[in-house]
Amino acid sequence: MSSVSRASATDLGPSQALTVLIADDNPSDRMILGRLVEQLGHRVIRAENGREAVEQFARQRPNLVLLDALMPEMDGFEAARLIRQDAGEDLIPIIFLTSLSETTALVQCLEAGGDDFLTKPYNPIILRAKIQAFQRMQEMHRTLQSQRDLIASQHRNLLRDQELAKIIFDRVAHAGCLGAPNLRYLQSAFAMFNGDILLAAYKPAGGMHILLGDFTGHGLSAAIGAMPLAEVFYAMTARGFHLRDILLELNHKLGRILPVGIFCCAVLIEISPGKGLVEVWNGGLPEVLIIGPQAELLHRIPSAHLPLGVASAERFDPNPVVLSVAPGERLLCWTDGVIESRNQAGEQFGEQRVMAVLERQAGLPAMVFDALLEDIEAFHGSPEDDLSLLEVVMGENGIQPPAQRQLASDHLAAQDWQLSYQFRAASIRKHNPLPFLLEVLMDVPGLREHAGSLFTILTELYSNALEHGLLALDSSWKRDSAGFSRYYAERNRRLQQLDDGWIRVSLDHRPLAQGGELLIEVEDSGRGFNPPVPEDSTDGYAGRGLALIRALARDMSFSPAGNRVAVVFEWRLGHTREPLKN
Amino acid sequence: MPIQANMSADGQVLTIKVSGRFDFGAHQDFREAYERGGLSPERYVVDLHDTDYIDSSALGMLLLLRDHAGGDMADIQITHCNADVRKVLSISNFEQLFTIE
Repeated sequence: MSSVSRASATDLGPSQALTVLIADDNPSDRMILGRLVEQLGHRVIRAENGREAVEQFARQRPNLVLLDALMPEMDGFEAARLIRQDAGEDLIPIIFLTSLSETTALVQCLEAGGDDFLTKPYNPIILRAKIQAFQRMQEMHRTLQSQRDLIASQHRNLLRDQELAKIIFDRVAHAGCLGAPNLRYLQSAFAMFNGDILLAAYKPAGGMHILLGDFTGHGLSAAIGAMPLAEVFYAMTARGFHLRDILLELNHKLGRILPVGIFCCAVLIEISPGKGLVEVWNGGLPEVLIIGPQAELLHRIPSAHLPLGVASAERFDPNPVVLSVAPGERLLCWTDGVIESRNQAGEQFGEQRVMAVLERQAGLPAMVFDALLEDIEAFHGSPEDDLSLLEVVMGENGIQPPAQRQLASDHLAAQDWQLSYQFRAASIRKHNPLPFLLEVLMDVPGLREHAGSLFTILTELYSNALEHGLLALDSSWKRDSAGFSRYYAERNRRLQQLDDGWIRVSLDHRPLAQGGELLIEVEDSGRGFNPPVPEDSTDGYAGRGLALIRALARDMSFSPAGNRVAVVFEWRLGHTREPLKN
Repeated sequence: MPIQANMSADGQVLTIKVSGRFDFGAHQDFREAYERGGLSPERYVVDLHDTDYIDSSALGMLLLLRDHAGGDMADIQITHCNADVRKVLSISNFEQLFTIE
């Protein structure tokens, strides 16, 4: 007998050997069972009653407990309860030892927290099978516990990563001017981690760029895509690039870094209050609405483009819709969370409900934003779903970047120089030279403070030379909104076909005692035109550019043929540090 | 079975049929439908007859299929869209990338 069981005893590796607590008040029963268990290769701890069993358990933490049901001092049922309590999360199988065979007694064993029972006299084969079964169960339980702990700790790490990412992201995203008085927005607290992003920045010449985007996917992958988006948007806006240049770069950059299948639906907006223009590019977001002073719907701008990061450069169309807007008109846009938010019945909020809000608020456009929020909240009951909602109020003329501080001593380095650049057709077709020219000018200390005015002047002169000189466009088209779209569509068509002609920009800067004088000359190879007399120029939509320049510059004159304009811009070192008002 | 793929007898057209919700849950199956066994059909048809709903991750999956099928050279038809599905595709301007019927 002993040789067989010894052989099986050595079969158990140390990891499979258990410590088994046996509690029985009958010495001979205890001895028989103890020996059987030892012969199976396990270590045995013995107790003579329930109280001793509980103490031994606390001291030696056995893996398995065999408990006699009826014992002096403390019976097996009570001991089982205390051991269970002590074991906590660990799975410690408790097997009752009993000579009882009445069903009720057996049920009582299980109810007291036992996992199984063994009836005396003991059958070694059944004993062995039961111990093995419980060992497997214990193994499984341990695996579950360690996997659960692993998941919990990874989840904690993930949350911490997200918090850090959110801090970094917020710093990048809030570099802009989301706090500007003409903007109102709501982004749910989780917006960043469902991929919504909202950016706004002042343009150097006044006005602003705004971007509302919605990345496919969630969590960190969306946040990571948002970082280069924000950087390109801010950097290019600050350097004076147009919306279409920024769009080309964003599409290119996202296309290069995002994996196929991840992209960004976006609306980009450029407001130029000085000219009463808004440009809107919608790639994959719901319709953008423009509402009037009575909260009436003036324009809808549906998605007309592929989202950012999808199309190749040849296929990508960066041309926005251009509309004339009056001060006080409002632009509303949102990500699909608004339209698609569902109520308990599974209905979508939908566009009809948005229109209903507009009708209800007729005459009160300033209330539309709040009314919309209230309705959405009331509709689906929980305000915490993912949604972003934005309202932009078109300004009088005031959307200006804050003045940049500058030290008066910088003026000591004021410069005396002249330069001339000639841009030919191929480069005009592809590039916007203005950011480059502006950078040259910003190298003159003291001029930086006047970046807005200078940029406006350069922009107007350059677009006049391009649109009227080289492309021979008729600005009388811009008398109404439909004409605007036609004008800009035609502008793009002719620009694509431009293969001849040039625009020359000359800058001549001289220092003066308290500032400097900059002569800007822009000449083009076009046929020229009759410069409008100032009285005519405020009429309609055309001629506003020239009026703007007159307001900003000391002098403006045209060559007889009308294809060369000279503007004198005089600047003084600001003592008040106030931005120039147009 | 929400996603089924069938190759035409001549091996030219792979039809992928999506049933129910076409969202992130379909990712693995959709991908397997066109990657399995090194198939190289000339054309793909994505049949959305039984699709109730698609979301932006489904749009992403369609782009993955397009990339797999040769990017700008891919010939992919999306057929039998219901009005909701059609709207999602057209807001994203996917007509520019796929033939939508």
